[in-house]
Amino acid sequence: MKKTNGKERTAVTLVVNGVTHELNVGDQPYQVSPCHTLAQTLRETLGVTGTKVGCDQGACGSCTVIMDGRPILSCMTLTIQCHGSEITTIEGLADPASGKLHPIQQSFVDHSAFQCGFCTPGIIMASKSLLDRHPSADKQAVKEALSGHYCRCISHYQVVDAVMDVAEKGEGDR
Amino acid sequence: MTKKYRFIGKTTPRKDGVAIVTGKADYIDDIHPVSMLHGKVLRSPHPHANITAIHTDKAKDAPGVRAVLTHADVPPWMTGMPRHVKVLDQRVRFVGDAVALVAADTLEQATAALDLIEVTYEPLPAVFDMDAALAPGAPQLHDIFPGNLVTDFPAFGPNTLSKVVRGDVEKGFEAADFISEGTFGYENIANPLPIEPPGVIAQWEDDQRLTVWSGTQSASWHRWIMQSKMGFPDIRAITTQCGGSFGSKNYAPQCLFYASALAKETGRAVKVCYTKDEHFGAFVLRLGSRFCGKIGMKKDGTVTAVAGDWMVDNGAFSDMSQSQIAVGCGEAQLVLNCENWNLTTKLVCTNRCPSGVIRGFGGQELESAFAPILADVMAKAQLDPVEFFKKNYVKPGGKYIWREGNLWTCRGKDYTDAMEKGAVSFGWKDKWNGWLVPTAVEGSKRTGVGIGIHGNADVGEDDSEAYIRLNADGTATIHASVSESGMGQRSSLCKMAAEVLQLPLEKVHMTPPDTLVNPFDFGLVGSRGTYAVGSAVINAAEDALKKLFERVAPELQAQPEDLDTLDARIFVKGKPEQAMGWGRAIGIMRSVTGYGEFKSDYSVPNFLALFVEVEVDTQTGAVKIKRVVTSTDAGQIIDPPSLNGQLYGALGSAGLDTAVFEETIIDKKSGHMLNMNMCDYKWRTFNELPEFENVILETPFPTHRFKAIGVGEISTSPGPGAVLMAVSNAMGQHMTDYPLTPDRILKVWGEKKGIKNETV
Repeated sequence: MKKTNGKERTAVTLVVNGVTHELNVGDQPYQVSPCHTLAQTLRETLGVTGTKVGCDQGACGSCTVIMDGRPILSCMTLTIQCHGSEITTIEGLADPASGKLHPIQQSFVDHSAFQCGFCTPGIIMASKSLLDRHPSADKQAVKEALSGHYCRCISHYQVVDAVMDVAEKGEGDR
Repeated sequence: MTKKYRFIGKTTPRKDGVAIVTGKADYIDDIHPVSMLHGKVLRSPHPHANITAIHTDKAKDAPGVRAVLTHADVPPWMTGMPRHVKVLDQRVRFVGDAVALVAADTLEQATAALDLIEVTYEPLPAVFDMDAALAPGAPQLHDIFPGNLVTDFPAFGPNTLSKVVRGDVEKGFEAADFISEGTFGYENIANPLPIEPPGVIAQWEDDQRLTVWSGTQSASWHRWIMQSKMGFPDIRAITTQCGGSFGSKNYAPQCLFYASALAKETGRAVKVCYTKDEHFGAFVLRLGSRFCGKIGMKKDGTVTAVAGDWMVDNGAFSDMSQSQIAVGCGEAQLVLNCENWNLTTKLVCTNRCPSGVIRGFGGQELESAFAPILADVMAKAQLDPVEFFKKNYVKPGGKYIWREGNLWTCRGKDYTDAMEKGAVSFGWKDKWNGWLVPTAVEGSKRTGVGIGIHGNADVGEDDSEAYIRLNADGTATIHASVSESGMGQRSSLCKMAAEVLQLPLEKVHMTPPDTLVNPFDFGLVGSRGTYAVGSAVINAAEDALKKLFERVAPELQAQPEDLDTLDARIFVKGKPEQAMGWGRAIGIMRSVTGYGEFKSDYSVPNFLALFVEVEVDTQTGAVKIKRVVTSTDAGQIIDPPSLNGQLYGALGSAGLDTAVFEETIIDKKSGHMLNMNMCDYKWRTFNELPEFENVILETPFPTHRFKAIGVGEISTSPGPGAVLMAVSNAMGQHMTDYPLTPDRILKVWGEKKGIKNETV
């Protein structure tokens, strides 16, 4: 993170899905207020709405994005803390050139590993982060990694199958 | 069974699957009509109070604020059954009740302005349970409901069930070998808690035309239910993808009122999306339910009489509670095939967050409340509960009075086979050791098994209409008001149409859920999607093909009935060379439209049994669900993963886990909710999943072309009673209270072992 030399930072730089955004700090439209969460900035300021906010209390996991390789709760992270970070959201998983789905996304479609789908982006991001770090994670590791994700429809069984399918094929860290 | 079909019964990708996994699926908070404002609601800190003064000047002057509304200046719209709920009232009736509305340019500005509204309250005494509400001299919530008793309402016509009176209960009890009685409650008032909070965007096109976007389950409800309550504006109701509902978001009348009132005042589109706090504290809970009565039974398990009073707590106001009582009265008769009934009901107002429409719709509440009495009488008779339920579920030819008051004869299928196959998969015979006998004991860990059942004749409820448009490019478009809240029903309807039209599935699409472009459909409730909506879509597809064949028959020198179609090519049966593509048959500037409808049919009930194995740790009091098996008969599976998902849902949406840990806790002194966040409101996590198996039979049903019947809604309902039974057997003692939290387990175990409370 850049040193601010005791001065207030006037701009925040975020790399979202490979695109660099320089956002001014302030209260005007298209600016980032010091109280804005990353979820707010992604959804409201940048219009990247694939990241969902279920509880806004850090308890449901639906707002999970990957920041510098780790899954984080974007509703509990202030945007000004993210200066210089690289962020991947659900929109950044498919191949940008061909539009081909990431293997985890494809596996979710193949297994219909969702019902209402609202928790799905967060679950897919957490699964991707897990398989990036542990490509052959076992079932218990998948369940542990997803234990902070709330799904009220009970798609859990199909989600675990979908993630394990990718883990077993070793495609997660594509 | 499934081989004869090209799509039906096969696993096919959900039509919205790619949109969901790429983040492109739009939910209500993802859309922003041009120059939209944000609406917020000021909420009461008191459970019951009169507003004696309210000052909004400071709020109106705050930056970005476009409107502030109070009870003095909202439109005179009213909802509830009968109508008794204003947009805003001078009286608040629960902690979280709406006091004032603000619209501002940004959400932050609207939220900040709430703090600038000055309200003076005159607190009133409040009642937090049914006993207090019914006591003489109790504070009255609504002038039109003296004694806090909500009046009957003809929700399903003049004979809407508010009681079940059949046969002669006195004779029934005389004929009984065993009678059990008591008062038991299912009063967790759990929250179905879909992950996405409710939200509505409203915009007035002119004085009489209102457009409403919402993330709700049944697209048409915001039009046909709310029109009469708002002075008959022409409401165009559009639904986005819905982030879970389980009944609770069939519609959102309060959100709709708030957004529409602010939109009217400002002349702009206004979005009102609840926070999770509001979702917990000011949306809808399950009905509170208490049964005080008795059940008589013969030695062979014949139920001879059911009598008692079903007391229902609907919170601060009633929205469809009477409908749920009607359906609950019907569902109880499906489970207990008995000739003698005297079941009366009372619907009571209390000063807590209102109850609303929730999966299980009355039957879950009633059956869970009388489950301890049923368990007790079965135990007295030493009857295996699987045998009991098999004997007593309404079978073809059996009679029941349904919600609208008519006596129906079941023309569905016998579910005995499904129950037996479920019992075998579960290993019931090996695990069932008799009443109050554990399956196994290992140190402090005691295993027990239980079963519950539930059925519903609403699978064919209410009416549906659909159009199907055949296009020259070899595609078909279904016009039906069907939302997507997780059931995959939009995809399943496309499969049914593709099967009839013999088009590739990717060539069949559905219009967006929008009442302006679609005919009437009641919505996806009561498992009606498969039979009711399915019938309308199938009929529309058949009608369209009939018209298409009639149009081209002369040119193909054949009779219409001799024609068939495959992949948008029409041919004469047996003469494939005599053929014509849809492009030529329809014409590039034309289309062919078919119409289909469905009229309500309550004669084909569905049914589902749920077997559960639990492990109770008598040292910690923890109840662990080890294994669940559901068994049902779906006639014909349309989409295997979607159906399995619905059945796994037994664990979610205030279902089975209301017997384990789910409850809304309200402080009986202040009326404040104590666990209104997702840390304190307990839910099941990924690493607490029991083994789960679904046994699904496919016996053709007398429904429609595909002989299918919906069973999705009912999976939550048998769970609570089944868990109670399983824990009772594990503990060696009847357990009667929901949920079976560790404190309750340890208290009962301590008493059983003669240990005083303080040493437990």
